[in-house]
Amino acid sequence: MSILLDRDSRVIVQGITGRMARFHTKDMLQYGTNVVGGVVPGKGGESVEGVPVFDTVKQAVEATGADASLVFVPPPFAADSIMEAADGGIRYCVCITDGIPAQDMIRVKRYMYRYPRDRRMVLTGPNCAGTISPGKALLGIMPGHIYLPGHVGIIGRSGTLGYEAAAQLKEHGIGVSTSVGIGGDPINGSSFKDILERFEQDDETHTIAMIGEIGGPQEAEAAEYIRDHVTKPVVAYVAGMTAPKGRTMGHAGAIISAFGESASEKVEILSAVGVTVAENPAVIGDTIAQVMKEAA
Amino acid sequence: MDIHEYQAKEILSNFGVEVPTGALAYSPEQAAYRARELGGDSWIVKAQVHAGGRGKAGGVKLCHSQDAIYEACDAMFGRKLVTHQTGPEGKGIYRVYVESTVQIDREIYLGFVLDRSSQRVMIVASSEGGMEIEEISAERPDSIVRSTVEPAVGLQEFQAREIAFSLGIDPALIPNMARTLHGCYRAFRDFDATMVEINPLVITGDNRVLALDAKMSFDDNALFRHPQISELRDKSQEDPRESRAADRGLSYVGLDGNIGCIVNGAGLAMATMDTIKLAGGEPANFLDIGGGASPERVAKAFRLVLSDSNVQAVLVNIFAGINRCDWVAEGVVHALKELQIDIPVVVRLAGTNVEEGQKILAKSGLPIIRATTLMEAAERAVAAWQNDLTQGTKIRAV
Repeated sequence: MSILLDRDSRVIVQGITGRMARFHTKDMLQYGTNVVGGVVPGKGGESVEGVPVFDTVKQAVEATGADASLVFVPPPFAADSIMEAADGGIRYCVCITDGIPAQDMIRVKRYMYRYPRDRRMVLTGPNCAGTISPGKALLGIMPGHIYLPGHVGIIGRSGTLGYEAAAQLKEHGIGVSTSVGIGGDPINGSSFKDILERFEQDDETHTIAMIGEIGGPQEAEAAEYIRDHVTKPVVAYVAGMTAPKGRTMGHAGAIISAFGESASEKVEILSAVGVTVAENPAVIGDTIAQVMKEAA
Repeated sequence: MDIHEYQAKEILSNFGVEVPTGALAYSPEQAAYRARELGGDSWIVKAQVHAGGRGKAGGVKLCHSQDAIYEACDAMFGRKLVTHQTGPEGKGIYRVYVESTVQIDREIYLGFVLDRSSQRVMIVASSEGGMEIEEISAERPDSIVRSTVEPAVGLQEFQAREIAFSLGIDPALIPNMARTLHGCYRAFRDFDATMVEINPLVITGDNRVLALDAKMSFDDNALFRHPQISELRDKSQEDPRESRAADRGLSYVGLDGNIGCIVNGAGLAMATMDTIKLAGGEPANFLDIGGGASPERVAKAFRLVLSDSNVQAVLVNIFAGINRCDWVAEGVVHALKELQIDIPVVVRLAGTNVEEGQKILAKSGLPIIRATTLMEAAERAVAAWQNDLTQGTKIRAV
């Protein structure tokens, strides 16, 4: 049983009739993901790639037993869709949408906490590439073929940089238990720490790789958690050594605005708690391979 | 998105925050005339640029006559104001704000930010107003009070009181202070701000609480629902290349190096810059062309990167997930043919349909330098830039 997502996860796609959502629904089905439905208000009764479309999440859950959702809804409406999933009984939601207003995400997070812990939905993203448990299921937009099944758990902010890391691991013949994109937004569903906690408890994960970037406190918070609670070896890379202070680098959250938010400060904070830091993005795979060899 | 001080003051005053009387001017003549309209015998003339640190840089002048205002403005208009926040190129002064002076008893720092730890709006205040918050947190961290706002119910009265009392404000002025805090919070919330900063917030000799300076930034992702804020965008305060990129839906940040970068994904774009540096070069820009790197976007990206005259080589690094390498390759070939690029171009493709992509590049007959790994791409771009790529002939794109 991998974290968050498995072969048995029953997936719905919110916004399934959009062009990109159709494309990726097909891709996920081909990968073997158990996509059981889609939700688009007003399009209930239609079907996409042989998957039935419902008007509401509640209807979809009732008809299909769905427990996971992928949100592909445009930014002005995405927060509403995430809350609909949380209310509709979805347990794990991945939001791909880039460009959701930060205050909408504040409301989403507040809304999710109205449910008791045992009924509370887990959200990863927004502005992420999704989650994959190689060989089992893919909930997102990443190219499945670059991931081998295995025992490295990956947590990353950036989609394509995560692909880069997975491809480097594949070169080494190293596989991945689950790769989780937590997204590039300042207010996100799950932090590095939240996912570290799951990987630490996951028997299939033996090594953890964190791919961070400039901006925000989540790498530093993760470092504190690693120091106190993580027994598995952790490898990290932090993008943005050459990024200037005070400028937003593409991701809404990638801006150095306080102490501890630059790449070099994050590297220092992570190194101090025993995390092995890959010095540059070209050696993420080599560094993980090295750490695995030492641990074996 | 940033706005000017006078615009922030107008917004905040609509929410009940008290500000000094002032007026905007577009020329020295107008500034002097505005001063006469305002009355009094001393005024502050403030250059309106999107940057802090204006005072130290000569962008804020105290004047005691209309002639002095004219002279101060004459020295400002059309010039670039260089502060520690603008970078060496500075920001152009095209508007000044003329304000009546006030008698200051106390200066307070007040800021509202999106706090990423608590994932809430956070109020930061300090009794050490006038200094920048970075200085305050370095020199007087004990003077800082913080309070986070519960999004379901908004800022509560007791929070405003707590902040006011911990700043040591006279109890008689607490309703005033609370009104200011509520006004800032409501402006922040209603307009999707990411930052409201009043530094200093002053208590005057006649017991008023006044915002002497004001800064607001807004969430670009929420501008779609605030057309009245979008209208305040001032392109004269933006890097022209960055504005053009933003207008085309590309995310671009200009830097000082010579190797132009075209990358999909923000994280990979930063990683590519880092690798160029490691290989001994300097990146000329950050550019994320987004997940769906269509041929049109690739062509736009080339035009943008090449508009920087410092660019002497271009590195294209695309990891195709949401898109396909063959599609990206077509875009690159098309752009190179159309734009007649005469500097070396290194292309690294990875991910979906990578073989087809490589074939398209190879078949194009264009002298594209290909690379398979990120490190190889960076090394080849640096080598091409240094013009000593030892592959026989000097490789130049057509």
